Amino acid sequence: MKRDFNLRRSWFEASARARLAGLLDAGSGKELLPPAAAEPSPHLAALGLPGAFDDGVVVGSGRLAGRPVLFAAQEGQFMGGGVGEIHGAKIVGLLRRALREGPDAVLLLLDSGGVRLHEANAGLIAISEIMRAVLAVRAAGIPVIGLIGGSCGAFGGMGIVAKLCSHLVISEEGRLALSGPEVIETVAGVEEFDARDRALVWRVTGGKHRFLMGDCQAFVDDDPAAFRAAVEALLAESPVDVDELAQLRRQQAALTQRLAVFGQCRDGLEVWQALGVAAPENVPMLDARALVSLKEGLSA
Amino acid sequence: MEILTFEYPSAPLALAGQPALCGVVGSGNLEILIRAGERPDYCRIRIHTSARGFGEIWQAVIGEFAAGNAAGGTEIAINDMGATPAIVSLRLVQTLAEYAGERQ
Repeated sequence: MKRDFNLRRSWFEASARARLAGLLDAGSGKELLPPAAAEPSPHLAALGLPGAFDDGVVVGSGRLAGRPVLFAAQEGQFMGGGVGEIHGAKIVGLLRRALREGPDAVLLLLDSGGVRLHEANAGLIAISEIMRAVLAVRAAGIPVIGLIGGSCGAFGGMGIVAKLCSHLVISEEGRLALSGPEVIETVAGVEEFDARDRALVWRVTGGKHRFLMGDCQAFVDDDPAAFRAAVEALLAESPVDVDELAQLRRQQAALTQRLAVFGQCRDGLEVWQALGVAAPENVPMLDARALVSLKEGLSA
Repeated sequence: MEILTFEYPSAPLALAGQPALCGVVGSGNLEILIRAGERPDYCRIRIHTSARGFGEIWQAVIGEFAAGNAAGGTEIAINDMGATPAIVSLRLVQTLAEYAGERQ
């Protein structure tokens, strides 16, 4: 029996499998190495910790608006989405498969604090292999689209992987950075960054800030349907990476410029003011549509 | 971590479907994988749990599940991160329903 409780569906709260169910065409998803065929991490077992059958990532193929895609969805609730040896190997294998099959896109549903510290060296190697594989897929003309809106955001090595993607879609709940707030506080002191100040964390790493800064190409509501619509729109543009070296040089110049303009800012609020936002204190209260039109106003 | 194995008689399950998975190995949660087993009138369960010393409670929860549901002919694997007995019972019934072909 189909029941419709008319509840709002949240990407943030959904599991990796539930996100995929909302993202792909109904019934089109086919999982590679499903739980019944996979093995939990031997490293975690050696440490006396229960593993997950899929090692915290769901990989496979499916369709989105009829177009063939490959996907990898990280499960943030398992070990903070940490990348262990099997977890990483599944993503790398999927990206190499993309080179062979040539799908219209590879979708990376990121939800990870980075390397799984229990498998430190294997995890670090896995991250570097994922980075190389993402670049190889892009070089073959296949877009890699990152989707960020889970509870763990995209930090550490997966923050780097995110920025190697052709396009990023993010929600207000999503976060993207290299070092996590607690790491910065531990290393540089609470005067530098107060990780308990959640509002500050989101003003510095959150989806709205990343979108206003141009680090992410699409900003969406916390809803699987909204993520799906954003990916559909990106696919319709038939994104291809052209003239890579010139593009990299432009990006490098833009980053140098960014450091010069915003380098002294202590808070997202100051950055938004410098960007030309008339009332930066109102940004956290804006809904997705209002923020997108604010951004369009800035670039005009 | 503690590894527990149980085998209980249970009424044979009429329909055997594709392997079914429910839940996530997150704090206070667990994942359950049900697939076809060898003996049609028994249900075999293997549990990896982060919480040590709860064998008797697992035995009671699983025993009640095997007695109250037709779960014969299944092999059930559980990865647990400290789920409460109520959560375990709900997830078992949820996974069995999915295995038997009742999609939510």
